[in-house]
Amino acid sequence: MPHLLTRSLDRGAMLFVIVVAALGVLIPLSNLLLPAGSMLQVPTYLVALFGKYVCYAILALAIDLIWGYCGILSLGHGAFFALGGYAMGMYLMRQIGSRGVYGNPVLPDFMVFLNYPKLPWYWHGFDMFWFAAVMVILVPGLLAFCFGWLAFRSRVTGVYLSIITQAMTYALLLGFFRNDFGFGGNNGLTDFKDILGFNVQAEGTRAALFALSCLALITGFLICRAVVTSKLGKVLIAIRDAESRTRFLGYRVESYKLFVFTLSACMAGVAGALYVPQVGIINPSEFAPGNSIEAVIWVAVGGRGTLVGAALGAVVVNYAKTFFTSGPLAPYWLFMLGALFILVTLLLPKGIVGTFLTYWEPWKARRVSANAESAAREDGVSEPDMAE
Amino acid sequence: MPAIAFKRFRALPFALLLLLTMVLPVFAGPFEDAVGKFANDDYSDTGDAVAALATSGNPLAYTIIRALQDGRLMADTDSKKVYVTQPDGKIIDAATGAPLTSIPDSAAAVRVNNKLRRGVEAALGALTLQSPDPDKRIQAAQSVFKNHEESLLPAIDAALQKEKNKDAKQAFSEARAAIVLFKDDATDAEKLDAVATVRARGDQEAVAMLTDSGADQPPAVAHAAASAIAAIQSRLAMWSWVQNAWYGLSLGSVLLLAAIGLAITFGVMGVINMAHGEMVMIGAYVTFVVQQTIRGSYPALSDYALLVAVPAAFIVAGAIGVLIERTIIRFLYGRPLETLLATWGLSLVLQQAVRSMFGPTNQEVANPSWMSGAFAIGQITITYNRLWILCFTLAVFAILLAMLRYTSLGLEMRAVTQNRRMAASMGIATSRVDALTFGLGSGIAGIAGVALSQIDNVSPNLGQSYIIDSFMVVVFGGVGNLWGTLVGAFTLGIANKFLEPVAGAVLGKIAILVLIILFIQKRPRGLFALKGRAVEA
Repeated sequence: MPHLLTRSLDRGAMLFVIVVAALGVLIPLSNLLLPAGSMLQVPTYLVALFGKYVCYAILALAIDLIWGYCGILSLGHGAFFALGGYAMGMYLMRQIGSRGVYGNPVLPDFMVFLNYPKLPWYWHGFDMFWFAAVMVILVPGLLAFCFGWLAFRSRVTGVYLSIITQAMTYALLLGFFRNDFGFGGNNGLTDFKDILGFNVQAEGTRAALFALSCLALITGFLICRAVVTSKLGKVLIAIRDAESRTRFLGYRVESYKLFVFTLSACMAGVAGALYVPQVGIINPSEFAPGNSIEAVIWVAVGGRGTLVGAALGAVVVNYAKTFFTSGPLAPYWLFMLGALFILVTLLLPKGIVGTFLTYWEPWKARRVSANAESAAREDGVSEPDMAE
Repeated sequence: MPAIAFKRFRALPFALLLLLTMVLPVFAGPFEDAVGKFANDDYSDTGDAVAALATSGNPLAYTIIRALQDGRLMADTDSKKVYVTQPDGKIIDAATGAPLTSIPDSAAAVRVNNKLRRGVEAALGALTLQSPDPDKRIQAAQSVFKNHEESLLPAIDAALQKEKNKDAKQAFSEARAAIVLFKDDATDAEKLDAVATVRARGDQEAVAMLTDSGADQPPAVAHAAASAIAAIQSRLAMWSWVQNAWYGLSLGSVLLLAAIGLAITFGVMGVINMAHGEMVMIGAYVTFVVQQTIRGSYPALSDYALLVAVPAAFIVAGAIGVLIERTIIRFLYGRPLETLLATWGLSLVLQQAVRSMFGPTNQEVANPSWMSGAFAIGQITITYNRLWILCFTLAVFAILLAMLRYTSLGLEMRAVTQNRRMAASMGIATSRVDALTFGLGSGIAGIAGVALSQIDNVSPNLGQSYIIDSFMVVVFGGVGNLWGTLVGAFTLGIANKFLEPVAGAVLGKIAILVLIILFIQKRPRGLFALKGRAVEA
C-alpha cells in the first residue's frame, strides 16, 4: 500500500513544516514584544539556545538524507558544518574592522598578534556578505564533491567510507589547530561585532537569526522531501538496500551518491553558517571526530530515514545534553550519552519516529480496512483480505 | 680583535702559572699554606692561592674555589682562618674540611676583582679537567671544546698526558684540537691535525666549529676544513636517515601493537570496534594498578611488575571483550554501521568509568630499570624502552600468527573468517568462536596498553589518540590479513617519520591521512586484500 505510506508521511511532513514555522514566528515575537519577566516571554538566552538546536536539526537532516536514504554513514559531517561555520566566521571577523583590540582596519586581531604582514589570499572577499554566503555552500560542497568523487568512483562503501570520512575530519582538525593555517589556530574566530550592520548580541538580531534558522530548516526539509519522494529518491533507497543490484540494473550508482552527498554537505555548511553568529565562536574543536559521531546518534535516536525524526532527535538529544550537563548530574552525562548509543542501536533501531510509525501504520491500516470492510458489507460485496 | 687580544693577554699569567705548577707539582706549597693566603685580603695573594689550590690535587680545592667565585668564602684576617659557607648553609673549615657551627663575626667574604674572576674560572675549568670522575672530565673537556679557551691549552695537555680512560682521552684530544684550530700561532701541520681530529668527531658541533674557524686560516687548513665539513655533513645526512628509519620503526611498532587487536576483530569478524582504544587504555590502567600493588607489598620485585602486568592486562581486557561481545556485539552482527555506533557509545562509557574511578589526570607508570636509559650507535641514540617495545611487538605478532596457524582455535577462527556458514555446517560453534575471537582481540589491545604505558601518558583519553591511527593501519594494510597489518603499520610509521622533518609533525600527519584516503581510492580493500567470496561478504 504505497499510497497510504506516502500520504501518512505527507501529513507528517505538513505537520512538521507548520510546527517549525509556528515556532519560528512565535518564539521571536514573544521574545521581542512581550515584557521581560512575563510568563510567556522567551528570554534571549533561550532564543540563542533554541537557535543552536535548530542548526543541529539542519545538520541531522543532512545526515539523514545520506544515511537514512542512501546508506552512506558519514562520520565527517561535522567537518562540513564547521567549514560553513568558518566561512561565516571569516565574514564576521572582517566586519569587526578597526574595533578589534589592536585596531587594525584590515587584519583580524589574531593575525596582528601572530605578526601576519598582510591578509592571506583566502581571506580576500570575505568582507562582502554575498561572497561569504556563496562560500558557505561552495566550500563544503566542493570538498564533499572531490572527496565523494574519489570515494564513490572507486566503490569505497560501508565502514570503509565511514572510517575515511572520520580521517578527513581528523586531518582538518589537526590542520585548523595550527596557527599558521590562518584561521586563528586553537582559539578559532570569535569576538564578533555585527552581521549585515546589526549587532550580533542584540535581541532583535538573535530573534531574526532564529527565525532564519527555522526558515532554513523548513527549506532544507522541503528539499530533502523533494529528493526522497522523487524517482531519484527511489534509486537512492535502492542503492541503500542493494547497491550491486542497482548497479547491475544500469544505474550509475556513484553519480547518485555523489549528488546526494554533495547536497548534504552543502546543507551541513548552511547549518554551520547559521550556528556561528548565534553561538558567537567557531574553533577547531568543531572538527573533532566525536562531534560528527554525536550528530549521527541524533539521527539514530530520532529515526533514520524519516527526516522528521532526524530533526526531532537532534533537538531531543541536545536538550537532554543541556539539561544534564548544566545540573548536578554533569559527571554522568557521558554515561548517559554512551548508554544512549548502545540502547538505541540495540533496542530502538528505528528510532523514536520509526518505532512510532511501525505501530501507527498497521493501526491506521486496520482502521482504514475496517472502514472499507464495513462499507463493502453495506454494499454486500465480499472483498479479498488485504492484510499480508 | 683588540678585545680578544686583551683578554688573551690578561689570561696569560694564569696560564703560565698553571703550566708551571702542573708540570712541576713539587713547587706547590702545602695546601694549608695556600688556603691561609686567602686571609691576607690581598688580590695578588688570593690569585696565588687560587693557582696553588688548582694544582694541589686536594679534594677540597674545588669546593673552596667555587665558594670564592660565589662570594661564600669567608676569611678572618686576625686568626688567618678561612671558612666556606656551603650553599645549603653548612659551614666548614676551609683548611681541614671539618664542620663548624658558626663563623666569627670578624670574618668577611674574600674579595675578588675582575682579573681574579678570570683566574678563578680558569682554575675551576682546570680542576674539573682533573676530576677523579671520568664523566666529569669528559664534560669539562666538552665545554672546553665549545669555548676553545686558549689559556686552558696547558691544562688540557697535562690532562691528556695523564689520562688513562679511552673516552676521556678522546674528549681531551678533541678539546685540544679545538683550541689549536683557533690559535693564531699554531703551525699549519698542527692545524691540519686538529682539523682531522675534529672531522673524526663528525657531529653537528664539529661542523659548527669548523665553520667558525673558517676566517683567516691558511689556505691549506681552510681547504681541509671545507672538505671535512662536506664529509661530516654527508655522514650526518646518512645518520639522520638511519635515525628517521629507527624512529619510523619505533612508531610503526606502536601502531602495530595498537592495531593488531583491531585487525583480528575487524578482519576476522568484520566488527568495527570503536571501543578498541579503550581496551588499550584499560591495559595501561591494569599496568598502573599492578605496579602500585607490587610496589606496595613487594618493593623488591617492582622492576618486574611489567611481567605480571602483561598477563593481567590480557586477562582483564580479554574478559571485558568477551563480556562486550556477549551483551552487545552479538545482537548486531551483519549491521556494521550500528556496531560502530554502539561501540562508540561503549567507549564513552568506559572512558567515563575510568575517569570516575581514577580521576581525569595522568597516572604515573614508572619505567623499570631494565627499560630506562639509552645507548648510542654512531650519531643516534636508541632508548631501551623503544627497543623493548619493538621486540615485544614482534613477539606478540609472532605468537599470534603461530596461534592462528597451529592451534585448534586458530583453525576455527580462520574457518569462520573464510566461510561462516560452511564452518557452522562443519560443527564449529561459531558464536563461541566469535566470543573468543573478540576476547583475543581485546586482550591483545590490553597488552598493547601495557607497552604504551611505558611511552605515553596513562590517562582516560589514552585510547582515543590511537583509535584513528589504528583504523588507518588496518584499512591500509587490508582486512583479514595480519601480514597486511604488519606492513601497513611499519609503512605508515616510517612514512610519517620521514615526512616529519620535511613538513613538520602536524602537516606530516595530515599528509599521511590524505595519502591513505587517496590510496583507498586505488585499492579500496587495502594492500593485502582478501580475494574470492569473502570480498562480497
